[in-house]
Amino acid sequence: MEQFLQQVINGISLGSIYALIALGYTMVYGIIKLINFAHCDVYMIGAYVGYFCMRNFNMGFLPSLLMAMVVCTTVGVLIEKIAYKPLRNATRIAALITAIGVSLFLEYGTMFFVKATVRTYPPMTGFMAKSFKVGNTVITMQQVIIAAVTVILMVLLQFIVKKTRIGKAMRAVSQDKDAAELMGINVDATISFTFAIGSALAGAAGILVGVYYNSINPLMGILPGLKAFVAAVFGGIGLIPGAMIGGYIIGATEVFVAGYGRSMYKDAVVFAILILILLVKPSGLLGRDKKEKV
Amino acid sequence: MAMLEVKNINVHFGVIHALKDVSFTVNEGEIVTLIGANGAGKTTTLRTISGLKKPTSGSILLEGKDITNSSARERVSMGISHVPEGRHVFPDMTVLENLQLGAYLRKDKQGIARDLKMVYERFPVLEERKKQAAGTLSGGEQQMLAIGRALMSRPRLLFLDEPSLGLAPLLVQEIFDIIKNINNEGTTILLVEQNASMALKIANRAYVMETGSIVLSGTGAELMRSDEIRKAYLGG
Ligand SMILES: Nc1ncnc2c1ncn2[C@@H]1O[C@H](COP(=O)(O)OP(=O)(O)OP(=O)(O)O)[C@@H](O)[C@H]1O
Ligand SMILES: [Mg+2]
Repeated sequence: MEQFLQQVINGISLGSIYALIALGYTMVYGIIKLINFAHCDVYMIGAYVGYFCMRNFNMGFLPSLLMAMVVCTTVGVLIEKIAYKPLRNATRIAALITAIGVSLFLEYGTMFFVKATVRTYPPMTGFMAKSFKVGNTVITMQQVIIAAVTVILMVLLQFIVKKTRIGKAMRAVSQDKDAAELMGINVDATISFTFAIGSALAGAAGILVGVYYNSINPLMGILPGLKAFVAAVFGGIGLIPGAMIGGYIIGATEVFVAGYGRSMYKDAVVFAILILILLVKPSGLLGRDKKEKV
Repeated sequence: MAMLEVKNINVHFGVIHALKDVSFTVNEGEIVTLIGANGAGKTTTLRTISGLKKPTSGSILLEGKDITNSSARERVSMGISHVPEGRHVFPDMTVLENLQLGAYLRKDKQGIARDLKMVYERFPVLEERKKQAAGTLSGGEQQMLAIGRALMSRPRLLFLDEPSLGLAPLLVQEIFDIIKNINNEGTTILLVEQNASMALKIANRAYVMETGSIVLSGTGAELMRSDEIRKAYLGG
């Protein structure tokens, strides 16, 4: 039982990270039907920004978090403007190949500047290093912070998407671009904004991972990115709640498989889940099988 | 001065020359209809005027002002509203959210509330269904929503692209009555229809399109009597 609770706690931490990354995949897919392969590298850049803020500039966690989000927002918007916008009317495969190109560019571009070596986040001190026990289950302050930051960001995201003018524009553009334009919505600006939000969330995930697992490297985004993508598909690609739920399910699955001594299989299990959901319900957990209405 | 003046518009889709030197005018207060066979270029004409498609040449004037290079967004704020072919409601949003999006560029909260009431009065079914996802409405209800949504921007010039498509005869009559009514209340209308006889009945003037060109024009009544039109579009 204790073992189980401990895994739940660990699963929530990892799941939060996947959920934050998955949101970016799903929102961008929802609005321009592109699998943004470069998204996982924005997450990596967030981890590096956090690292430099905390190690080189001695900044605290919160300012570093904000910094990572701001830098990633900028990177995300630039990627969209430079690489994807010119391809808005191109075939999907052209955009997909471009996305892979951008991903490689970011990975090896970063490697050029920071070297390929693994770097470690400064050890957490004071408040951030605390941990406490509930029964025999250990909860670290870092885990609390990961969960708290994630929940706050998700609530904020839901608020933006559901209640604000730009959020309504995002939903409108993702459902029908032409109709959105006929309403007077600025479609280009709305797409940029979607990249901005997704990238900010990825940046937050990056620094949270740095704080939690300590070590970072320029290729660190690839595997978590893939799993977050699986999470997005699992939940129903294009659906924000789907990405959240998918992230937690994938995170928890991985932790449980590893926790019960099957560490070797944890990645395999995640991808097995993907194959399963694609066979059983291709539109994902929350997805509806679309019927066209004439 | 005409409310809308389209001058020698040409539109291409790659090598397809979809509109060939299309010119016509719509005067304030009129219902003008554009009829023609499938693929004649009616939808493309409307999409070009509302700014969804860039013409390769020609110009579009709204009350004398050249809007050829304006964005769709600017055209909405200048008073153009477009009910697209196939309705294009936002399927996963509620009826109310759809209507609110119609007023996306407006800032006058009170005016919006008044117009929402006006739309609900015109289409009571929309008020009953205001919390329902638009994608779950019937075809006729979606058409009403699309029209209501277009009215929420307070257009002076309203485009309707095949509003009767796929509707039961009784509903077709109702939609045409509504169009007439909207026009009576001061909105100029450009109507694209396959149902030529109905369209000609309510239109002040009409243009006939054939493979990308305007081939005939006249008052609704004139075209109704024309042999050519009777043979081609009115079934004898
Ligand atoms: N996006 C597009 N890409 C390529 N060709 C197009 C596109 N849209 C329209 N066309 C072509 O332009 C021509 C005019 O099409 P349009 O949709 O304007 O016709 P229409 O008069 O509205 O027909 P319908 O009565 O069937 O709606 C057609 O030959 C069509 O194939
Ligand atoms: Mg058409």
